[in-house]
Amino acid sequence: MITADERYYASLRRNIMAIIITVALMPLLAMMAIAGYQFHTAYRHKVVDHLAALVDRHTMHVDTFLSEKLADISTLAVIKPLEKLRDSAELEKILTMFQEKHRGVFVDLGLVDEQGFQVAYAGPFRLTRAQYGDASWFQESIRQPFTVSDVFLGLRGLPHFIVAVRIESGGHFWVLRSTIDFVAFNRLVEDLRIGKTGQAFIVNAEGQFQTQPHARPGVDPQELLRIVRGEAPKEIYSTAVEGLEIMGGSGNVYKTPTGLHGASWFEYTVPETQRRFLVFYQNLKGGRWVLFYLQELEDAFHDLYKARMLTLVVLAFSTLGVTLTAWALSRRVVLRIIQVDREKEMMNEQVVEAGKLASIGELAAGIAHEINNPVAIMVEEAGWIQDLLEDCERGERLDVEEVRRSLQQIRTQGARCKEITHKLLSFARRTDPTVQQVQLNKLVQEVVALVEQRARYAGVTIRTHLTEGLPWVAMSPSEMQQVLLNLINNALDAMEKSGGTLDITTRYEDGRVIVDVADTGEGIPQAILQRIFDPFFTTKPVGKGTGLGLSICYGIIRKLGGDISVNSAVGVGTTFHIYLPAGDGVVQTKTVERDTLTKEES
Amino acid sequence: MTAPHEPTARQLRVLLVDDERGFTDVLARRLGRRCMLVTTAASGTEGIQKLRDNRFDVAVLDLKMEDMDGIEVLKIFKKIDPHMPVIMLTGHGSEQAAREGLAYGAFDYLTKPCELEDLVAKICRAVETTR
Repeated sequence: MITADERYYASLRRNIMAIIITVALMPLLAMMAIAGYQFHTAYRHKVVDHLAALVDRHTMHVDTFLSEKLADISTLAVIKPLEKLRDSAELEKILTMFQEKHRGVFVDLGLVDEQGFQVAYAGPFRLTRAQYGDASWFQESIRQPFTVSDVFLGLRGLPHFIVAVRIESGGHFWVLRSTIDFVAFNRLVEDLRIGKTGQAFIVNAEGQFQTQPHARPGVDPQELLRIVRGEAPKEIYSTAVEGLEIMGGSGNVYKTPTGLHGASWFEYTVPETQRRFLVFYQNLKGGRWVLFYLQELEDAFHDLYKARMLTLVVLAFSTLGVTLTAWALSRRVVLRIIQVDREKEMMNEQVVEAGKLASIGELAAGIAHEINNPVAIMVEEAGWIQDLLEDCERGERLDVEEVRRSLQQIRTQGARCKEITHKLLSFARRTDPTVQQVQLNKLVQEVVALVEQRARYAGVTIRTHLTEGLPWVAMSPSEMQQVLLNLINNALDAMEKSGGTLDITTRYEDGRVIVDVADTGEGIPQAILQRIFDPFFTTKPVGKGTGLGLSICYGIIRKLGGDISVNSAVGVGTTFHIYLPAGDGVVQTKTVERDTLTKEES
Repeated sequence: MTAPHEPTARQLRVLLVDDERGFTDVLARRLGRRCMLVTTAASGTEGIQKLRDNRFDVAVLDLKMEDMDGIEVLKIFKKIDPHMPVIMLTGHGSEQAAREGLAYGAFDYLTKPCELEDLVAKICRAVETTR
């Protein structure tokens, strides 16, 4: 069974734990959240900027590569007369020179006439007299001065692309073309490999690969193009990308603010595999090609995720540590509190016991005298019987009637003694803090009986005004006895010199049972009225009072959930009011008056 | 209350003041048997009254009475008859009051309950010393 105390201690412990954990973890969490966010943002910026710049530079390289090759062919077309270009042997010489200069980037050279008929050729393939009239690159190059074709398989069945220059001579168009070594070009792009998953590739406007990625990128290039053009649903990529024209003259790439000096980028989640990519892109070849660079998010931000994981691990260990500490600490604190509470309780019991002994001491004088009288009478009566017996031994007649009267007197006085000791014993039994349903009136009467003798000698009349049918009060009768005895003893002390009246009233009011103890003594000065309930406060001479009586009364009454207050006027008297929470019981208002006998009445 | 014997020249007149009537009664009987003429009073006021009306050789006075403090009664006794010795009776633990009484001119004190022989001896000595 769980007691109220256990519940109290359990909640105390929970509170202590909560406070320790909150105080210890809150700053840690806040710090980690702020620092983590800052670091995260800064690191992302750094990585993205770095990659964007890298992609940009690479794109430039590729563009430059293409321009250079185109420029070489253009120069050739300008400086060499058409007659020389029509000569395959001459072309062979030029090709050899080019290959030496460019380490074999130019695979072959050829001159094609208006109809697409290759009139001269130098290179490893037998393509002299090849017919290109239907090839898309040819149709393109006959329309414009310079052309870099898309990658195609062509007549050879190998991926390659063509750089072509249109030559105008004698009202006819000629096209000087060169095949570019795909491997060399591909290497340019393939060089951009970072981390485990970072790779670059180029696609044309139709989304066809213009380079050969070393591994399947796991992403549909068509889809990427749609995103770049702003045609894809917004949900699948994170950074808004404005509609971007890949084809067409403008060729301007939209750049997001994050890629100020580099390529544009966005985050893209492949719907089928849920793999998340960081995608950078940049226009090439006047907007006809797009260079894509992809890296999986986990890979790109590998260090960031590692740092985040480390942070979380540290946080987890800290939380565990703090929780364990809070658990152990709160346990120790609460155990200590329980111990202190127990000690305090024991101390309280001892103090109450001590106070009780003190009040018994006060009683003792009165009781001793009270018991002394009947004892003295018994001793004398016994002596009287001895006297009579002595007379009888000397020959006088024994007055049997006198002996009988004497014996009767001894019995009477003995009964008186018994009554006194009973009264005392009813009080003096060990403090029993067991809470019972107590009828206050009965208790008041018992205590009054106990002090009657003392009151008589002090010249004090005790008047009780007890309201009948009071509800019972849940309390320890012996503790309440002590409270009343203390108050009455104090009152008698206050009236000892001059005599007076002690009124004890019990009444019921607003769910509370009230006991008033009013004396007509000297009163308590206002200056010390505030302090009378303080422990060890006493106005009595050293050795006479413990100063504990009223503080014990206060403690007992407060423990019962009641209250005690005092009114006093110097020279008029003092009234103590005890308020106690009432239990159930019939409430009547009939008051029974009773006075103790005073000397005037006896 | 009077003693059972007739007063004679040798009989000592004793005033016994105690508010415990049972006690004064039996003590008067016992002292009377020892040839003393005992007059009892059940309160301080009654004792003072009787001392005003009669002469006594010795007074036995209880120090704790309801109506008057024994010391007060002693003071008045000493005013009425300064030469009459007064023997005080006190309870155990009240010797302080008895010693106070000695300062006010009481002859001696006894603690209740006491041996009758002690009381008789003290009465005799009191009468002898003051005579």
